[in-house]
Amino acid sequence: MTDTVKLKINHQEINCDKELTILQAAKSVGVNIPTICYHDNCTANALCRICVVEVKGARTLIPSCVAKVSEGMEVETHNERVNRSRKTILEMMLSTSDLSQSPELLEMASEYGADHDRFGDAERRSPPLIDDNSMFVRDYEKCILCWRCVQVCAEDAQYAFAINFKGRGYHTQISTFYEKPLPESSCVFCGQCIGVCPTEALKPKRQWLLELGYESDQIMQMTRNERNKKTKKPQTSSVVK
Amino acid sequence: MSELDLISIQKTISQMALQGRTALLPLLHEAQDHFGYIPESVAEEIAKAIKVPLAEVFGVIEFYSLFFKHPIGETVVHVCNDPACAMAGSESIYKLLNQKESFKFGGEVNPRITIEVAACLGLCEHAPAMLVKGQPMISKDLQSWEEIFEPSRKRPQTILGGDIHRLTKNCGKGRRTNLDQYLETGGYIGFKKALSLDSGEVIKQVKESGLVGRGGAAFPTGLKWEGAANAAEKIKYLVCNGDEAEPGTFKDRVLMEDDPHLIIEGMLIAAYAIGAQNGYFYIRGEYLTSYKHVIEAVQEARDAGYLGENILDSGFSFDIEIRRGAGAYVCGEETALFESIEGKRGFPRVKPPFPTTHGLFGKPTVINNVETLANIPIILSIGIEEYKSIGTEKSPGSKLFCLSGDVKKPGLYEVPFGVTLRHVIENLAGGMRFEHPLQAILIGGAAGAMADPSQLDVSLTFEALRKEGLPLGSGVITVFDETRDLRDVLLRLSNFFAEESCGKCFPCQLGTQRQHEIMKRIAKRKVKNSDISDLEDIIVTMTDSSLCGLGQTAGSAIGSAIKKWPSLFSNLETQKEFAGGQND
Repeated sequence: MTDTVKLKINHQEINCDKELTILQAAKSVGVNIPTICYHDNCTANALCRICVVEVKGARTLIPSCVAKVSEGMEVETHNERVNRSRKTILEMMLSTSDLSQSPELLEMASEYGADHDRFGDAERRSPPLIDDNSMFVRDYEKCILCWRCVQVCAEDAQYAFAINFKGRGYHTQISTFYEKPLPESSCVFCGQCIGVCPTEALKPKRQWLLELGYESDQIMQMTRNERNKKTKKPQTSSVVK
Repeated sequence: MSELDLISIQKTISQMALQGRTALLPLLHEAQDHFGYIPESVAEEIAKAIKVPLAEVFGVIEFYSLFFKHPIGETVVHVCNDPACAMAGSESIYKLLNQKESFKFGGEVNPRITIEVAACLGLCEHAPAMLVKGQPMISKDLQSWEEIFEPSRKRPQTILGGDIHRLTKNCGKGRRTNLDQYLETGGYIGFKKALSLDSGEVIKQVKESGLVGRGGAAFPTGLKWEGAANAAEKIKYLVCNGDEAEPGTFKDRVLMEDDPHLIIEGMLIAAYAIGAQNGYFYIRGEYLTSYKHVIEAVQEARDAGYLGENILDSGFSFDIEIRRGAGAYVCGEETALFESIEGKRGFPRVKPPFPTTHGLFGKPTVINNVETLANIPIILSIGIEEYKSIGTEKSPGSKLFCLSGDVKKPGLYEVPFGVTLRHVIENLAGGMRFEHPLQAILIGGAAGAMADPSQLDVSLTFEALRKEGLPLGSGVITVFDETRDLRDVLLRLSNFFAEESCGKCFPCQLGTQRQHEIMKRIAKRKVKNSDISDLEDIIVTMTDSSLCGLGQTAGSAIGSAIKKWPSLFSNLETQKEFAGGQND
């Protein structure tokens, strides 16, 4: 079956499988469209909109991570209109979250000429760091709400369903059921969420303690003790019958 | 409350849970009504009963503003904060309520009362609007604050006027039109006519009528129906979108409260045309009276054989499930509404695929606005020619306009398409309330655009408004006189979108917040030289790159104001005194 379509990407004519997304089609001819929330092993949700492209005839810009190619489509991946959206989104992200440990995002910001202080008087999201278990810490000041952790915790990988959202809009935060500590949730500490987190909002506790300047034997001591403490504590169930 | 009386709600939970996850919002409403909030243990029971992960149930509770995860006061008061109500003094009411000694409770939760600032409550013609325990209260009628706790109050009457009464012929009579009254005025004749035609012919007639959606997007109704009718699947759904929440809009509320059978008849015809067996009627959570009246009307229709199996011996079967929203403007977006019915957070879906092929529960679905569906029985019963005898060629029929703000007679007006804006404001709504000259008009709601007095003679049709850069939207006309501080009006609109953004896509999640922060500063007259270009970048980015219509229109009104009155956003303007207050 040769289900191919012909389209133009940045004025270059290409033939490709009709099941490809614009992002994949562009990549196949060496055109790199930037992405943030997209991850090869997660369901694409078109959240960050960094991958938007201009498709001739479309009213709005189109997210290339989910939009499929079609016959006769004319795509521009890096024109002025597209770059304006990308730059503005990056500037708004810089004024929202702590991206200091996200080198890829910082590089993208400089590539698009994003001004770090564009929205200087913005109310940043700065919730306190959550340190409620011996395995990893959650520092949602760094979270950009890419949803990857929620997805791998659910149907994209682990089926643990430990985390979801609290609040909505700008004030959304990843959270357990009634904001319980992770050990009281259905978290199995598989670490998949840490693996996909793009901003170090989720990180292994030992790495975090190292960054804080502790020596390795201190860290072993601290995390071990904590683990022992945890197992001694009786598990409480909150179901009222 | 240490020991919860779980047993009393257990039976309801296990009964409703048979429906599966789609029962989540109804169950949460049950719990909220029963306990006054949603206790953790109850959320856990619900999650188990419908087999949904705990974290996801929590995510849903957190998404909707009418659900509370911690105890609140017995009487919940919602005070509207949007432009029409703010101009009428809602902010002072909110402050007064909070200062009221007997309502204070040493900084803790007062078990007697909880006072919430709310987005538009759809009672703009009664500004300043409040809901007390979910029921509308007209603060002008209040003799003392203690009256807030008295339960029985009359339903406020909406001023109803206009040049024609097609859609509103049974409205404004101070009652819900019951089935007998509805039948007396020609009810269900359109449906019977439809049954005598084949479904393709019904769709053809709706297409030829030129009807387009009245929810704001103006998509041709017949075309939408055709898409779903052609879809190969057996199971299809028909959804009525009664999640009216665009600031300044209250037309659907009046239709649902006063003449629910008209909408049910429209749903029946639509379902017959597309081949749907099941329908959902989704009603905004704040519209308790609409909810009650629709439930009553659906029951009447069922008892009389207009809903159910083999309706009127035609072989056609159709029934309607009623769903209550829970406080989320974004659920008016069609795919977010599906998610909400499915028991999820109201996140809009990526389109394509479109609802006509992948809608509710992944099945082909037609979703129409209340006013759109109200047009259907009329088209069928009076015929296309008669239907198109009013209005213009490109905008046939009549339209409901919601007038609020500084007019003498704020209310709901039905007019043929093509009358001028001036006619509606000056002749129908009685002109300016305090005799101050007109300054501006917000057309189409928060997602709409600003018009100025030079545009008064524009005719109210889709085509003429489009030429003027004004969206007809859901039919909102909010009028501001010269004493009003437009910066304050725009600040409230920016606040609305920052509160109501679902947070899914970055441009809207971040853009609505940044836009609001800048407007807060501008409202305080602390203007930066870069404000206009910053706002323009935010607005263009939201419009171009947001996932759904909410984000794509969240900067529309402010963008239109920048074009019309750039001085509002700069320091150049001579500091003239405005009557409007400042707020955060």
